[in-house]
Amino acid sequence: MIARDIATLLPELILAGYAMAALLWGVFAGRFRAAPVLIWMTALVFAGLAAWIGFSPEGTRTAFGGAFTDDAFARFSKVVILGASALTLLISRDFLEREKILKFEFPLLAAFAVLGMMIMVSASDLMVLYMGLELQSLSLYVLAAFHRNDLRSTEAGIKYFVLGALSSGLLLFGASLTYGYSGTTLFSGIAEAAGGSTPFGLLYGLVFILVGLAFKISAAPFHMWVPDVYEGAPTPVTAFFSTAPKIAAIGLFARLLIEAFAVASADWQLILAILAVSSMFLGAIAAIGQRNIKRLMAYSSIAHMGFALMGLAAGTPDGIRAMLVYMVIYVVMNLGTFAFILAMRRDGWAVTDIDALSMYSRQAPARALALLVLMFSLAGIVPMVGFFAKFYVFLAAVESGLILLAIAGGIASVIGAFYYLRIVYYMYFGEPTDPLDNRMPATGFGVMLASAAIMVIGAINLFNLVEFADVAASALFS
Amino acid sequence: MIELEHYLAVATALFVIGVFGIFLNRKNIIVILMSIELMLLAVNINLVAFSVHLGDLTGQIFTLFILTVAAAEAAIGLAILVCFHRNRNSIAVDDVSVMKG
Repeated sequence: MIARDIATLLPELILAGYAMAALLWGVFAGRFRAAPVLIWMTALVFAGLAAWIGFSPEGTRTAFGGAFTDDAFARFSKVVILGASALTLLISRDFLEREKILKFEFPLLAAFAVLGMMIMVSASDLMVLYMGLELQSLSLYVLAAFHRNDLRSTEAGIKYFVLGALSSGLLLFGASLTYGYSGTTLFSGIAEAAGGSTPFGLLYGLVFILVGLAFKISAAPFHMWVPDVYEGAPTPVTAFFSTAPKIAAIGLFARLLIEAFAVASADWQLILAILAVSSMFLGAIAAIGQRNIKRLMAYSSIAHMGFALMGLAAGTPDGIRAMLVYMVIYVVMNLGTFAFILAMRRDGWAVTDIDALSMYSRQAPARALALLVLMFSLAGIVPMVGFFAKFYVFLAAVESGLILLAIAGGIASVIGAFYYLRIVYYMYFGEPTDPLDNRMPATGFGVMLASAAIMVIGAINLFNLVEFADVAASALFS
Repeated sequence: MIELEHYLAVATALFVIGVFGIFLNRKNIIVILMSIELMLLAVNINLVAFSVHLGDLTGQIFTLFILTVAAAEAAIGLAILVCFHRNRNSIAVDDVSVMKG
């Protein structure tokens, strides 16, 4: 029995063992000597685990009395999380080295955070959910404050810590009420205890849990930490924040709502629809005044989470499928964009001003073109893959009767297109300024070009992503 | 006789005090850390009360996990705070304001 549980949990156990062994080795080898090796090693371990999980046999396996589920949904999310994290580590190396913060703790904290995320997407018990979420959050708090001699970075760390702890507290309060009114912490047990109708106490718990999770996925109106944390944290950390943790949090969100609270779907549908609309509009409107590209990407991520929530609000297998497709495409676009932002420097100093991109097309036509493709895709303009992401979400919302929500999403994406297009405008028609440095590390350039190429070529068939997401989404409903 | 409702009322009151401690406090960040701790302990009271009421041990096991995580969380919060103090020479809430907008 226990052997089977451990076999189900093996990828997580291997990652935990690796991270702890590497931590010991790093301490003995010295922090600056171990760091370059560990970045590559950790990325390799992530890639290896992603391949292993991706090719592991189909079907649903549970462990520890149903507290931990390994199904197609979990596997899909884990592959995306591991892949995105591996690429983030690779594009971060050069930046960390130049800022003199290339310490071996960086890849290891990322490894622990990824371990937490893997547990989150597999959790089917409130206790497992909480432990995974906290393992992820505690690692991310430290990562936000990673540049510890920098005032902005430590301030970002404090802000993230306080609001993250508050959201964990709200989530836990909701979990305690849910436990009290259903008598169990298992998702399946909660669904059974609710029976045909939801008792008032359970609904109370659900609302607290929703607010706690809305903080974690940075949905408006619980977004106030996002711009400051994204701006203050070192850029590689910002790149990491805006990719893998989002997938983990929204995956957790989906499993909790579908498996435990399916009976209250009419209630959470309304709450999610409100969160989605406010995130989309806030992300689109508040980003217009931003001059700092990291802050702009923060508002952009709020808006994108709003679109993903629209798929979740639909609450149907099609909606979950659209949400997964949206998240994968969003992560690919974001990785490419951040690979570029990481290389933005003038005279060796990192710059984050949008104005610095003025007439960039004359200086580096290839990179400018790639960034143009990425910006068009983020805005959701027609031939790019980013459009199909939005299309599937809108389709799912309309099919489950949320027509007003889909219309609001359409308006918000038109408003949001303005600030993406303004970056393109600066690059091609801006006033000439001091040029940026021409140097861009090979890994970053490769990731950026690959991401831009995927945004164009993927328009043919999305690389069968929809079929994979379909299998993952239907696993959640069986 | 002390019933379940009494425990829940105390826990809810403590939780609300914790939440307000985070938002209304204008003095220093240590107070925020204390408020966070208060929130988590209120949840623990809730869980233990439910656990006894239901005659089910899960709630008490959950409590042990929360206590452990709360200790780790406080350690990390204080560590970040020490770094911030080194850079800013202050831990007043109003001084956590370099970034705005």
